Amino acid sequence: MLHFSRWKIWAIVASCVLAIAFVAPNFVSRETLKTLPGWLPHRQMTLGLDLQGGAHLLLEVDTQTMVKERIDQLRDDIRRVLREDKIGYAGLGAQGLSVQVRVTDAAQVEKAATKLAAIPQNLSDALLSGNRVVDVDIAREEGGLFRLTLTQPGLEFRTRRVVEQSMEVVRRRVDQLGTTEPIIARQGGNRLLVQVPGLQDIDRLKDILRQTARLTFHLVEGTGQQVLEGTRPADTDVLYSQDDPPVPVLVQKRAMLTGEELVDAQAGFDSRTSEPIVNFRFNTSGAQKFALISQQNVGRAFAIVLDKDVISYPVIREPILGGSGQISGNFTVRSANDLALLLRAGALPADLTVVEERTVGPGLGADSIAAGKLATAIGTVLVVLYMIGNYGLFGVFADIAVVLNVLMIMAVLSVLQATLTLPGIGGIVLTIGMAVDANVLIYERIREEQKLGRSAISAIDAGFSRAMGTIVDSNLTTLIAGVVMFILGTGPIKGFAVTMGIGILTTLFTAVTVTRLMVALWVKKVRPTRVPI
Amino acid sequence: MRLIKLIPEDTKIPFMGARLITFPISMVLVTLSLLLMFFHGLNYGIDFAGGTVVEVRSHVSPAPLAKIRSELGELGLGEVQVQGFGQPEDVLIRFGQQEGGELAQQAGVAKVKAALGEDYDYRRVEVVGPRVSADLRRDGAIAVVVALALVLVYLWFRFEWQFAVGAVLTTIHDIVLTLGLLSVTQISFDLTAIAAILTIVGYSLNDTVVIYDRIRENLRKYKKMGLAELIDASINQTLTRTIRTSTTTFLAMLAMFVFGGEALRGFNFTMLAGIVIGTYSSIVVSAPLLIFLDLRPGGGKGEEKSEPGSAPAKA
Repeated sequence: MLHFSRWKIWAIVASCVLAIAFVAPNFVSRETLKTLPGWLPHRQMTLGLDLQGGAHLLLEVDTQTMVKERIDQLRDDIRRVLREDKIGYAGLGAQGLSVQVRVTDAAQVEKAATKLAAIPQNLSDALLSGNRVVDVDIAREEGGLFRLTLTQPGLEFRTRRVVEQSMEVVRRRVDQLGTTEPIIARQGGNRLLVQVPGLQDIDRLKDILRQTARLTFHLVEGTGQQVLEGTRPADTDVLYSQDDPPVPVLVQKRAMLTGEELVDAQAGFDSRTSEPIVNFRFNTSGAQKFALISQQNVGRAFAIVLDKDVISYPVIREPILGGSGQISGNFTVRSANDLALLLRAGALPADLTVVEERTVGPGLGADSIAAGKLATAIGTVLVVLYMIGNYGLFGVFADIAVVLNVLMIMAVLSVLQATLTLPGIGGIVLTIGMAVDANVLIYERIREEQKLGRSAISAIDAGFSRAMGTIVDSNLTTLIAGVVMFILGTGPIKGFAVTMGIGILTTLFTAVTVTRLMVALWVKKVRPTRVPI
Repeated sequence: MRLIKLIPEDTKIPFMGARLITFPISMVLVTLSLLLMFFHGLNYGIDFAGGTVVEVRSHVSPAPLAKIRSELGELGLGEVQVQGFGQPEDVLIRFGQQEGGELAQQAGVAKVKAALGEDYDYRRVEVVGPRVSADLRRDGAIAVVVALALVLVYLWFRFEWQFAVGAVLTTIHDIVLTLGLLSVTQISFDLTAIAAILTIVGYSLNDTVVIYDRIRENLRKYKKMGLAELIDASINQTLTRTIRTSTTTFLAMLAMFVFGGEALRGFNFTMLAGIVIGTYSSIVVSAPLLIFLDLRPGGGKGEEKSEPGSAPAKA
């Protein structure tokens, strides 16, 4: 146990030097780091939101509405295909995830079956598995009864797609905020995690993420209180303007254009009134449509609608051919900016609900870092003194190993870019306390073996080898708990598990291998007859 | 240099004889803890109960707690807890889940901000809605159970089954006592408390495994020795180590408790208590349990294995 080959010594020393090299960037400011040559390690530990301050939001994508819309659409489809061929039916209705209909004329049941068979869609899943997913299952029962049910794979496929699309839109919106390194990740089936380090104004973030931001352009059929009176045509809707009091606006249900055809939107100022406005530009096909519609409808008003709110309803004075336009509507500079941002990022395919929010101010984060540093320093000093008091020179060996251990944990965190949180600092401090356990186990064993009459070298040898099994067993059990915390835990649990887990692995290196090397070198130099433990 | 020998080395304390006293003590403590949890309950934090925590720093020192309390009491948010927190100008505001789903939770924070006005810095705002808190409760429970199960499996592979069962029973004993303590102190039971409990599980197992390892070794060495005597010897042989390691860990966590800031105060306190509980239980609960579990010296799986130390010696 006490013999080290030359290359092994160098390997151990090299690991220690590497660890110090990788931890070094954490002690230099970011500005200095930029001036250093590129081959030097330059990664710093990533600090969690609780240490650097920032906003954390957990959003739930509303997939229920998507399901409901699918059911409604399915019912409309059934009605449409049956009507097209003048097939008589009754009892068309939705129940849970299925829609059922009864074809009344027995002679037409076969025809209805072939017609209905065209409704299910193939959802290609080619990228993932090449499997084809059919979204509707058709069951035929006695008496011309058909039951069309949304399939589970189809729903899962659609849910996944809605969540992925939402994530993309959320990412584009958050990126527009111009913050550094936001984290946007999927969590569980239908949740999105958004973490924006350094962001304090969480209300603005929520405002930006909560809006669906579906922009549509509709022709206006009439405005004012009179549109509420009497019957209105089936293909129109009453929406309200954002004036105070809101003005009812009767619009055509069908949108003539949507925000999907926008290529750009920017906030600006109206050249005459100096009011904040949003300038937008359509893509080629959008521009053509817009030109055509505006030519045909000079003198009529069209409504610019954002999520059911009429932002403005200007009158078309002349054909708009350039494919660009502006939206004015009692904006402030900020609301114009936010609207432009939302239009650029696109509409969300589903509503998002904030289900968890956590914000930490920069002051608290800085305080926590200071407290963490102080606690780590004092914890280290206490353990160092205690070990020297108990084991003298061998305590010093253990102490060098402990300090090296802390540096190694920080080096691994920097290299892996794992996030350090306040509970993570707690994990480091715990490691400091528990790391010397390996040394205590070894030293106690050496003391026992020496008492049994072994020579110094033989006692040291036996101490290291006998203690090893215990060290592995005890550390592995703790590591199991740590791995479970890391995999199953969230937030503070995960942050703590990361440093504790890394700490156990580095402990096995520093407290066993490095200490053994130091003891071996000491034995070689001093040739002791007794171990001073 | 003269080394400090606070703990006598080579002790011969009759732990097994004392088990007739220590076992009933543990039983009483466990029963008390269970009763406390049942009747007094845990102080569920917002992670598990849902609700809102707002930490503010007043621009005037000390913070006008009474004024804040009366102002926020009128907002119709249900019971609002307002308490000092660390520095005299720091205030922690907590209120429970609001009626009306996820959006209502958000509205609560807006009301508090409007009522407090401009005289405060918002250091921390946490809102946990009903759906997330339900998930966190479930995930926390799963984490503890899975950790225990895996440890049981690992120990079963490495030792005889009595050791595995003994270690897990000891760990459950520790968890129950820790929960009892959390109930008495009404320290907020949240995600960090789960992290603390899992760490105590790891720590206590660590301690238990060290003693078990020695018992297993002695079982092979002294085949004729009675089990009680053998366990006693094993505990005494490892006692110095047990106490020294507990001391260093305790010292390190004590630094974290005193200097580590207000945010983790509850976690650190739980850890300190856990170290004491874990050390106590590994000495007077886990080892004597082996007798009740009918461990026979010299029998079972351990015998087939190689000599202690020979396998790791290759490493």
